Amino acid sequence: MVAYILVALAVLMFVLALTGTENPGLAIHPMDQFVVKPLFGDGPIHWYTPTNVTLWLGLAILAVIALMVMGTRGRAVIPSRGQSIAELAYGFIRKMVEDVAGRDALPYFPYIFTVFLFIVMSNFLGLIPTSFATTSHIAVTAVLALAVFLSVTILGFVKNGAGFLSLFWVSSAPLALRPILAVIELISYFVRPVSHSIRLGGNIMAGHAVLKVFAGFAGALGLASIAPIFGILAIYGLELLVAFIQAYVFTILTCVYLRDALHPHH
Amino acid sequence: MEGDIASMGQFIGAGLAAIGSGASAIGVGHVAGNFLAGALRNPSAAAGQTATLFIGIAFAEALGIFAFLVALLLMFAV
Amino acid sequence: MEHEEEATEAAGHAAEATDAAHGAADAAHGAADAAHGGAEAVGMPQLDFSTFPNQIFWLVVTLILIYLVLVRIGLPRVSAVLAERSGTITNDLAAAEDLKRQAEEAEAAYEKALADARTQAQDIAAKTRAEIQTDIDEAIARADAQIAEKSKESEARIAEIEAGAMQSVEEVARDVAAEIVKALGGSAKADDVSGAVSSRLRGGA
Repeated sequence: MVAYILVALAVLMFVLALTGTENPGLAIHPMDQFVVKPLFGDGPIHWYTPTNVTLWLGLAILAVIALMVMGTRGRAVIPSRGQSIAELAYGFIRKMVEDVAGRDALPYFPYIFTVFLFIVMSNFLGLIPTSFATTSHIAVTAVLALAVFLSVTILGFVKNGAGFLSLFWVSSAPLALRPILAVIELISYFVRPVSHSIRLGGNIMAGHAVLKVFAGFAGALGLASIAPIFGILAIYGLELLVAFIQAYVFTILTCVYLRDALHPHH
Repeated sequence: MEGDIASMGQFIGAGLAAIGSGASAIGVGHVAGNFLAGALRNPSAAAGQTATLFIGIAFAEALGIFAFLVALLLMFAV
Repeated sequence: MEHEEEATEAAGHAAEATDAAHGAADAAHGAADAAHGGAEAVGMPQLDFSTFPNQIFWLVVTLILIYLVLVRIGLPRVSAVLAERSGTITNDLAAAEDLKRQAEEAEAAYEKALADARTQAQDIAAKTRAEIQTDIDEAIARADAQIAEKSKESEARIAEIEAGAMQSVEEVARDVAAEIVKALGGSAKADDVSGAVSSRLRGGA
C-alpha cells in the first residue's frame, strides 16, 4: 500500500518536473519551506496571528483526537484497527515509562504521552508534500525540551530536596576526581535541553532540506530527473523511519531525565 | 562568477562542517554494529537493550546534527 | 565663509559617495540573497526571532489541548478497555476451568455408574448360579432317595425270590430224594429224608 503511494508520488513528481517551467535552472531554496507566514493576508506576525504554524499544530491536535477519541469510540473488547493502534501506542509509552523511569513515574505518564503523540503526529504530518513541519522549528522543540528540563529539575528538588545534588557528586569515583566530575556532570546536565531540542528539530529540518535539494535537482534535470526522484523516494522512506524514531528518542530521553530526578543516587 | 571572499569563506566553512555529518555516521555505525555483534552472541539479552541502542544512536547522531546545523548557519544565517 | 561652505559641500559629496557605495553593496548583498535565499526568505526561518512568540503561543495552546483531550477522554477510555479486556479474559479462563471441572466430574460419575453396574451384574450372576446349584442339589437328593427306595424294594423282592427258590429247591430235593429212596426199594421216613436234605443243602452247599 505504502509502496504504491510512494510510486504514485514519484510518477507525479516526474510529470511535474517535466512540465514545470516556473523554475528553470538550478534554483534550490531548501529553507523556503520553513518560512512562517500568516494564514490570512500578508501582515506582520504578532504572537496571536494565525499562521501556517497554527494550521499544522491544529491538524496535529485533530490527528491526536482522531486516534485517541474517534479510534477508541467503540470501546470494543475485540478492538477495531484504529483502536488497536491507540492501545498499542498507550501500551508502548506506558511500558517505556515503567521500564525506564520506574513505577513511581506513572503519574507523569499523561504528559509524556502527550509529548510523544504531539511529536509523532507533527513529524508525520510534516512529511505530507507541501505541508509545514512544525517540529523542524527550534522554537517549538526548545519549548518542549525546556518544559521537560525545568519540570524535571524542579521535580528533582521537590522530591529529594538538596539530595538531588548527589546526581552531580559521583560517589563511586575517587575523592580527588569528584569535583572535576561534578563540573563535567553539571555542564552535561545543562547541555541536556540544548541537545534534546536540537536533535529533534535538526533531524526533521535536515530531512526536509535534503528532500528539497533533491527536488531541486529533479526540477533542473528534465528527463534525467528520474534519478533524483528515486533518491527522493529512498530518503522519504528513511524520513518516515526518522519521524518515528525521533519521537521515540525524545520520549525515552524524557523518561531517562525523569528517572534521574526521581532517583538521583546512582 | 560574482561574490566576495567572505561568502567564499562561508561556503568553504559549510562544506568543512558537513564532514561532521560523516563522522557522526561512523559513530552511529559503530553503535549499531557493536549492538548487532553483541545481540548475535546473546540473542536472548538483545530484546531488553533496544532502548539503550536507540539512546546511544541518538547521542551519536545529535553531534552530527550539530555539525549540520553549523553548516546551515554558515550557509544561510551569517 | 566660502572655505567653510566648500568644506561642507565637500563633506556632503563624500557622504553621498559613501552612501552610494553602501547602497551598491546593499544591492549586491540583496541580489546575492535573492539568488540563494529566495524572494522572501532571509537566512534560516528557524532563527527569525520575530516569529518565536507566535510559535510558542500556539504550541503551548496545542499541548494544553492535547493534554486535556488525553486526560479527560483518551486515556481513561483506553485504560478502561484494557482493564475490561483483562477482566473478560480472566472470567473466560475461570469459566473454562469450571467447565473442565464439570466434565471431569461427569466422567467420574460415569465411571462410577459403570463400575456399579458391573458389580451388580456380577452379584446377579452369582445369585442365579447359587439358586441353580441348590435346585440341582435338591433334584439330585430326591433322585438319590428314589433310587435308594427302588433298590431296597428290588433287593427285598430278590430276597423273596431267592427264599422262594430255595424253598422250591428243598422241596424238589426232598421229593426227589424220597422218590429215589422209594425207587431203590428202601423206605424211609419223610422226616429223615427232609432232615438229611436240609442238612446236606446247608452244610454241603
